[in-house]
Amino acid sequence: MSNPDTYCIKTTGLNLWYGDFQALKDINLKIRQGIITSLIGPSGCGKTTLLRCFNRINERYGNVKTTGSTLILDEDIYTPEVSLIELRKSVGMVFQRPNPLPISVYENVLFGLKIHGATESQEKSTRDEIVEKALREVFLWNELKDKLHRRATDLQLDQQQKLCIARLLPLKPEVILMDEPCSALDSEATRGIEELMLGLIPKYTIVIVTHNMAQARRVSHECIFMLMGELIEHSPTDQLFLTPRDERTADYIEGRYG
Amino acid sequence: MSSVESKSNPKGSGVRRFAESAGIRRKFRQEAMVKWLLAGATGMMLVPLILIIAYLVFKALPILSVGFLLDNPVKGMREGGVWAPFVGTMYLIVISLAIAAPIGVLAAVYLNEYAREGWFTRIINLAVINLAGVPSIVHALFGLGAFVLFAGLGRSVLAASLTLAIMTLPVIIASTKEALASVPMSFRQACWNVGATRWQTIRHIVLPNSISGILTGIILQVSRAAGETAPIMFTGAVFFKKVQQGDMFPYGLLDQCMALSMHLFTISTQVPGVPMELPYGTAVVLLATVLLVNICSIVLRVYLRSRKKW
Ligand SMILES: Nc1ncnc2c1ncn2[C@@H]1O[C@H](COP(=O)(O)OP(=O)(O)O)[C@@H](O)[C@H]1O
Ligand SMILES: [Mg+2]
Repeated sequence: MSNPDTYCIKTTGLNLWYGDFQALKDINLKIRQGIITSLIGPSGCGKTTLLRCFNRINERYGNVKTTGSTLILDEDIYTPEVSLIELRKSVGMVFQRPNPLPISVYENVLFGLKIHGATESQEKSTRDEIVEKALREVFLWNELKDKLHRRATDLQLDQQQKLCIARLLPLKPEVILMDEPCSALDSEATRGIEELMLGLIPKYTIVIVTHNMAQARRVSHECIFMLMGELIEHSPTDQLFLTPRDERTADYIEGRYG
Repeated sequence: MSSVESKSNPKGSGVRRFAESAGIRRKFRQEAMVKWLLAGATGMMLVPLILIIAYLVFKALPILSVGFLLDNPVKGMREGGVWAPFVGTMYLIVISLAIAAPIGVLAAVYLNEYAREGWFTRIINLAVINLAGVPSIVHALFGLGAFVLFAGLGRSVLAASLTLAIMTLPVIIASTKEALASVPMSFRQACWNVGATRWQTIRHIVLPNSISGILTGIILQVSRAAGETAPIMFTGAVFFKKVQQGDMFPYGLLDQCMALSMHLFTISTQVPGVPMELPYGTAVVLLATVLLVNICSIVLRVYLRSRKKW
């Protein structure tokens, strides 16, 4: 599935405005398939906004205007023919605060399929299998196999976050977007999530926003540095941290922007 | 800063480090006072409520019976029961709610879940809040003009119910919106990100998690619809109407009807020589009607919550 020379996400001349405020300025990038790419930059530089462009969820957040093109697997996602529903099945998102739905663990995992009307025709055994498979992929099965019918909102925070990742998997996504998925977790739970991410590639392409540079170095193969809505540098992670090409990148990773 | 929080012991080695200082004792006294004040306010709210109910029931005791509910007023409303006004009030509650609740909830869902923030929604929200504060007599005049005269419904159950619906609608919209807004945004995000449409999000997550708040708001309006006299006096309620005893459906939509609130007003101020216990009995029936609806709604809420999914 993975081929280092295929690009999963490509943007050319991507601009985005919230009302009059330009949050993204002429973003050109190519994100490789099957690896983890991290997005770093000071807060407010547009990382979340860029991430939301990839599944067009920005449009639910008010007065947003986008120009330029964004291609996911060579298909332009900003054309009228694109079904947002299909797009969001293929490009899933994980948030800063875990957001399991206030239903059982089991129903959470199947929620996406249910929304798309796929569970009605399935046997219970098929559904059980789907749930088990998804929970195994996020290393939750052993912990939760006896608690499948507990309310997901009662789980521990890191279990909730893993569940939120598991919820995407039955929809067979291509890309998983993660917006600071560990910022609400302690360091041990963070390790757990990172391990899980490394297990998910190369089957899925992962883009992760993080303000934790150590995390970016630990998990990502490539790294993108953004500043005030602009993409400053996109390099292999080691290279970006050891020999940054741009002076502003160097300033940031040495902590000069705070 | 109290001495407890300071790192070194400024009072020397002989003084106890964790002793209560005067400042702390003062805080405790304050705490106790505030607690009693708040408890006192709660008590002051409760006492009149209990007194009112006790007084009403006590005064009405001689007349309260099943017969009082099922009999019609007779002898110029100086004797008999409250069947005709009781059924009339039921009519008004049910019909006005059947109109106002669905429209109100749908409008609130639109305003909270679909409408973009902008001058148009801001004006609507402002209008809703202001309409919720309009006195009922103004709604009465509007109902008279719009439904009785302009729409040609005449004074009728329908015109009165529509007037009550107009009166309760803004409050239902406001309370429903509040209930919807209390559902965390993160639940919606979770739905959108697995490709749910707005309606699926509302249907599967937002409504099930706000239904008890929505019902509470609606039920509060039942008490209002049952209790108001002004809006129905001009639009459909009459002093007296002859009704078959025990007839469950005595009124047509375009008939005039009796109503408990109006009946209470009539027999306590307009008819001379009414025995004392008659208005009190009527008041108790009015109160019990509202209470009954409230209890029904609590049962419904518990049931919906126990089902979780629906
Ligand atoms: N819904 C929105 N409406 C208006 N401005 C927004 C909205 N979301 C984000 N912004 C602005 O866009 C800029 C980038 O935000 P964001 O993408 O959240 O940054 P980051 O995730 O890097 O901290 C910020 O200046 C923020 O104030
Ligand atoms: Mg962000």
